[in-house]
Amino acid sequence: MAKIVAGIATSHVPAVGHAVDMGKTQDEYWKPMFDGYEFSKQWAKDNPADVAIIVYNDHASYFGMDIMPTFAIGIADSYAICDEGYGPRPIPAVEGAPELATHVAASLITDDFDMTVLNLLEVDHGLTVPMSLMYGTPDKWPTKVIPLPVNVVMNPQPSGERCLALGKAIKRAVEQFDGDLKVEIWGTGGMSHQIQGARAGLINLPWDIQFMDDLINQPEVLQYKPHLEYMIEAGSEGVELIMWLIMRGALGDQVNEVYRFNHVPASNTSVGHLILTPKED
Amino acid sequence: MKPNFEQYKDIPGTTIFTIESAQKGFHLNQFCMSLRDAENRKRFLADGPAYLADWDMTDEQKQAVIDRDFQRMLDLGGNVYFLSKIFAAEGLSYVQAVSTMTDMNAEEYQQMMINGGRNIEGWRSKKERGEA
Repeated sequence: MAKIVAGIATSHVPAVGHAVDMGKTQDEYWKPMFDGYEFSKQWAKDNPADVAIIVYNDHASYFGMDIMPTFAIGIADSYAICDEGYGPRPIPAVEGAPELATHVAASLITDDFDMTVLNLLEVDHGLTVPMSLMYGTPDKWPTKVIPLPVNVVMNPQPSGERCLALGKAIKRAVEQFDGDLKVEIWGTGGMSHQIQGARAGLINLPWDIQFMDDLINQPEVLQYKPHLEYMIEAGSEGVELIMWLIMRGALGDQVNEVYRFNHVPASNTSVGHLILTPKED
Repeated sequence: MKPNFEQYKDIPGTTIFTIESAQKGFHLNQFCMSLRDAENRKRFLADGPAYLADWDMTDEQKQAVIDRDFQRMLDLGGNVYFLSKIFAAEGLSYVQAVSTMTDMNAEEYQQMMINGGRNIEGWRSKKERGEA
């Protein structure tokens, strides 16, 4: 059977992708942040996965306001890199995992999650920056990907309870797949940041660290945190963190904390990163 | 469940993008989306008002775009990820563009971020700040 072998959480700041693409990762400003991912790059090499289900949000890159799915899932063979206004990032296209993706999508819909199904999708920094952080700059990405875009841009976003439940349903779906695959689940975005209004630049590192602790130790409590609290305490864009709950839900009740990293700032954002593995019974 | 958009209005210096904003700002945000195309970016930068004439936006929305008044665009239903296409077309970073919505210039704002970002103390509630 297929199995969820690890969960990765990381922020997905666009300027980080720019720093990678322009060869600036060793600059004084960027080096401390990229150093924090050196462990993770080695870990990814030592623990290769067949497929990564990457939970992320599109940033008005592929989805306009004509169609705004709350939860969507890509089932395509491959995904091109979106032009976000600066030209597409010069990175390899992302290879899909259509067999597992169709199985997971069908399973989720049957399980009462009304997924929007995407046969066509261009991916933006929300998905590609985490890949650059975990894999560096390879000619070809080492893993296949199932993109799972979530609306966190337009309020109301899905509730924390719904996100955690979706993660649990993803775990069940993966485990019911007839094929021996190692599957990772990635939750991206956050941590505290606000990129609009007079309060822009808000960072709340103590809140971010508490969020990480709660995500690891008591997701069943964390799921009830209202969106209002994310917006007040972690900034208007901090609500992206509900996507980490989807990742957490797919890992089962107990997890091992393999790695944790925090850094302030990357551009306007508090960067947070976790590697978790399911604890065997 | 009855939606409650009022609850977000007490957050100081913050414009929450709701489904109501999305409806009001639809054409503004779709204009922004058009700037994903390099050819459109060129046309927009060459003659903004002429480019905007093709869009079914309100006069206020068009003027806010011409003025590069991002806070005003937010107030008129814009969302910052959409609006980023405008400043990206001009080669500005998020830090540079975002700072224009604060009371700091870009250098001061950048320095605040390097120093750990804006401290939340005093920024939780308009009521606490005497703004409401």
